[in-house]
Amino acid sequence: MSERKTWQEVELGVELPAATSLGYKTGGWRVLRPVWNASECIHCMICVGYCPDMAIPVVKSEEGVTGKGGRVFKGAVRLETNLNYCKGCGICAHECPSKCLSMVREEEAEQASCKL
Amino acid sequence: MPTLQEIALKTAGVDARIVSGHRMCAGCGIGAVIKNVLAASDKPVIVLNATGCLEVVTTIYPFTAWNTPWMHLTFENAAAVAAGVESAYKSLKRRGRIESDINILAVGGDGGTYDIGFQALSGALERKHNFMYLVYDNEGYMNTGNQRSGATPFGASTTTVPAGKFSFGKPQWRKNLVEIAAAHRIPYVGQAAVHNTLDLYKKAQKGFNADGPAVLAVLQPCTTNWSFDPALTMQYSKLAVETNFWPLYEIESGVVHINTKPSNRKPIEEFLKGQSRFKHLFRAGNEHIIAEMQKMIDDEWARLLKIEESGIQF
Amino acid sequence: MGVRKAITGAEAAAEAMRQINPDVVVAYPITPQTPIVEQFAKYVADGIVDTEMVPVESEHSAMSATVGAEAAGARAMSATSSQGLALMWEIVAATPGLRLPVVISLVNRALSAPINIHCDHSDVMGVTTLGWIQIFSENAQEVYENLLLAIRVAEDTRVQLPAMVNQDGFITSHAVEPVEIFDDALVRKFVGVRSLNRALLDVEHPKSVGPLVLPDYYFEFKRAQEQAMSKVFEVYREVGTELSAITGKQYPFFETYRTDDAEAVVVVLNSAAGTAKVAVDAVRAQGKKVGMLKPILFRPFPYSEVRDALRHVPVVGILDRSMDFGAYAPVYSEFRNALWELDKKPATQSYIYGLGGRDIMTTEIEAVFEELLSGNLDPEHQRYIGLRG
Repeated sequence: MSERKTWQEVELGVELPAATSLGYKTGGWRVLRPVWNASECIHCMICVGYCPDMAIPVVKSEEGVTGKGGRVFKGAVRLETNLNYCKGCGICAHECPSKCLSMVREEEAEQASCKL
Repeated sequence: MPTLQEIALKTAGVDARIVSGHRMCAGCGIGAVIKNVLAASDKPVIVLNATGCLEVVTTIYPFTAWNTPWMHLTFENAAAVAAGVESAYKSLKRRGRIESDINILAVGGDGGTYDIGFQALSGALERKHNFMYLVYDNEGYMNTGNQRSGATPFGASTTTVPAGKFSFGKPQWRKNLVEIAAAHRIPYVGQAAVHNTLDLYKKAQKGFNADGPAVLAVLQPCTTNWSFDPALTMQYSKLAVETNFWPLYEIESGVVHINTKPSNRKPIEEFLKGQSRFKHLFRAGNEHIIAEMQKMIDDEWARLLKIEESGIQF
Repeated sequence: MGVRKAITGAEAAAEAMRQINPDVVVAYPITPQTPIVEQFAKYVADGIVDTEMVPVESEHSAMSATVGAEAAGARAMSATSSQGLALMWEIVAATPGLRLPVVISLVNRALSAPINIHCDHSDVMGVTTLGWIQIFSENAQEVYENLLLAIRVAEDTRVQLPAMVNQDGFITSHAVEPVEIFDDALVRKFVGVRSLNRALLDVEHPKSVGPLVLPDYYFEFKRAQEQAMSKVFEVYREVGTELSAITGKQYPFFETYRTDDAEAVVVVLNSAAGTAKVAVDAVRAQGKKVGMLKPILFRPFPYSEVRDALRHVPVVGILDRSMDFGAYAPVYSEFRNALWELDKKPATQSYIYGLGGRDIMTTEIEAVFEELLSGNLDPEHQRYIGLRG
């Protein structure tokens, strides 16, 4: 309790500054982890449009990234899922047209990433 | 024409108007609805949020997922609060006290829209405030555990009208919010579904750019209370459209345009199966309820086609 | 010096609003409040003010839109009565929690049932626990000045709380009286404009207003709200002093009339205070030392000041224009509480009068003084003035 604000410190009118939820990590909810195979990705952005947790970062790439079939994708490209926030719902994997995402049990994914 | 790439850069970039760290259920499509709608505005957006899932999960003090001005007052008045914000905007702008151009978005669930917020919505539409009202429709009071609303479909079992020995669940069809909104002679009304990102985004753009009030109704399958695998949210949304349960259409300046016409509509059972709220309909002896539902859907679809074809204006 | 106009209490409220020229006024008609917003709407129609006026579809939406406008950054005002306030209740309760300094006129009217359009205080006494500054007005002149005062007190950075300015339905709202309207320019300078510091419309600094606050913080916000209320006294005095420079009048927490040597005092709110003053004079003419105390600032309640004002008085009769069924009447309760700290407490008696617009006569107040002076008291039970049977 000690780190919490006192009544003298709380915001006037219950007004919060923007986007403070980035400090609240929902990744701990996850049972299944989306494992992304970048070499199969076509950067269609379907998963990004669907991700309810805004957990798939997107950048604009001028030089492009290599995806499915060795093709270079330029413009909006997705990166690795942000596991700090991904809740593991599996929509991305279910909807992926190129099947580049698969849902793996969190503990297995942990082990696999440890081996790497 | 917008592309998914263009939308993705807005929703997942640093300027995203809603960010991670909210506490929606895993697989809840509300996140997809709101981020894509917000991205469709080319001006800053002030959001007025009715009490409900979206409000609760995005702003548990001291956390807020909103990266745009946002306010929650109570349950039934998002449209009235938006009316106040719009009036303040007009006044302060006229008086030269503010300069920025903005869009105003009121948002609520179906409970806060079809039911308790209905009067405030109608009043705000009638007064022609320049704002968009977004309803994410999960067909009941899902934030409090699946109670019946005016948007709950015929045959659905809810905790307040459960299916039982003498009941098959809700005996009434939902009210047609889109047509009711259009009856206010407002410039834009759209019906969208969470799985069709491009269609949703385009409709949101039209709503924001309309010269006057706009209403956007979006179907949002509830993984928690319709009880399906959270990975299937978009699939249920898709099935709702493919069965004509939730047609994608819009009413621009009173003229109906159907965006998607399934060439071979799927039987309603395909949408119903796997949802706990319709489980009882698959018991022996309840076939006639599904048949009745199918007839209602087909009749509604035929009516919608006829309206579109006639070109009659709302 | 201002200009004297023969206007009603409702028009006096509208005059104050004309001078304030709020950014937004939201209105829904209800008797006897309607003439305020009608008069103001005429100012808008004639371009006398450039307020954005929003005639909404219910009082619930009226208060919601007022709060929305205020949160957006506007100075927003509204007005209502009775059932209208009851319908607004949910939002009336939420406004102080968001620390939004909305100012509204409340034209006091009896609550249903039975339905009745006339004056009593059952509407306002149902909202005094919600955290609004409550100011009462005896006549049209006070209505006008109290609204100007309320704007500044409510918006002060130390306060940031909503305020309600009360006047009696019909008795004040519809009766024509001479009202001195002070210079437009001076008043406008006094009220100024509302700061945009907290505005949602400040889109460069997005904020989330009104999040869900769970048991870990709700209590702290409520304590902070109470602190703001406690600041009202000093702000009210300071703003009152500033307003005095324009009006030449004083703005006390309550008015005392011939109480210095009084052996019996009645306490009464709003218009009946005028009637009580006439009764005081009549009883004084008979050589009996009586006086009157009229509360003005009712929330926050000035307990210690009231106590000091009444400590020397042997007996106090408290007149309520509403009831708290099964409990002491609201004004009576406050005065009993205020006097409790005294070692030598004045005797008290509770009276109920004027419900649903029943007139109260000077002779009836004179009879109250007779009763108070006679020592025939029953402080555990309220008595009724002008009731048959």
